[in-house]
Amino acid sequence: MEQPNLLYINELSKGDEDFKKQVVAVLKEELSGEIENYFSHIKNRDLKKTKEIVHRIKHKMSILGLEKSYKITNEFENNLADNSIENKEYFENVLPVMLAFLKKL
Amino acid sequence: MNCIVIDDELMSRMILKKVCEQVEGLKLVGEFSNAIQAIKFLNNNKVDAIFLDIHMPDFTGFDLIQTLKDPPKIVLTTSDRNFAVEAFEYDFVVDYIVKPIELKRFKKSVEKIIAAIEKENSVKPIKKDQPTDANTLYVNIDRRLVKIDIPSIYVVEAKGDYIKVKTEEKNYIVHSPLKKIEEKLPSESFLKVHRSYIINTNEIIDIEDNSVLIKQDVIPVSRSNRNELKRRLNLL
Repeated sequence: MEQPNLLYINELSKGDEDFKKQVVAVLKEELSGEIENYFSHIKNRDLKKTKEIVHRIKHKMSILGLEKSYKITNEFENNLADNSIENKEYFENVLPVMLAFLKKL
Repeated sequence: MNCIVIDDELMSRMILKKVCEQVEGLKLVGEFSNAIQAIKFLNNNKVDAIFLDIHMPDFTGFDLIQTLKDPPKIVLTTSDRNFAVEAFEYDFVVDYIVKPIELKRFKKSVEKIIAAIEKENSVKPIKKDQPTDANTLYVNIDRRLVKIDIPSIYVVEAKGDYIKVKTEEKNYIVHSPLKKIEEKLPSESFLKVHRSYIINTNEIIDIEDNSVLIKQDVIPVSRSNRNELKRRLNLL
């Protein structure tokens, strides 16, 4: 499984440690809530709301350097628009990897 | 040059704020998590550029740009590559950045904004006055009176203190109660079918018990308005 990294955040912060801490704090806070919402919406088969949440999580994947996961999640998001849940399993497997990475920071 | 950022995600606004700080001569004068807040700001403040997220709930970035009568230069920011073609249908959209936003790419956008402003300042179009008629409605948007062809309106939707006027060409977000526009629209064509919706009955495609289909919009119909709607139709 592809692993997250902080290359983008480091490049963006240009040594501004406060900014880096703020970004990581927001990532941690938002991601856990978004994952909770994702599982609630997918359980209720509300694919429109699921797509909205997947879109937000996809952006966080790109921030954490998860390029392959971003591409597959993009396909998952497009599939949801077509009432399909193809790539769901891959997407759901990435979520704990992201959470575990952020927890260590 | 001053700018604002409109994005529903805090993370995106933080990133845009950071890259704005790193571009000399660019001043971020406001950041907004939704289009309505931004419209209120733009009604009282002039900006040179907007960094605008397309993908926002309720009012999308496209809804917003269709609302602004005299828009500043706009750079669309999004995680979707799918909207690129649609984005450049608007003259004032000068660039389209895919997230995550990198400083180098952001600086290129700022250069495009500057070039577009310089080009515009060198050639000013002359606007012709247009006559008014009974089929015309003027609405106040962004401190300008914008002309709307009444027959082209197919739905008016109440959204808090605002109304969204949908026409064949574009959508307009106007600060007004629904009742005010209801009084201005001809009652032979327009009917309030729900506390939040007025429809152009000429544009109805089909009707179900609790809703009507107009263009691609499914509009709810209140029980109390159902009989009046049916009365107006040429039922077989």
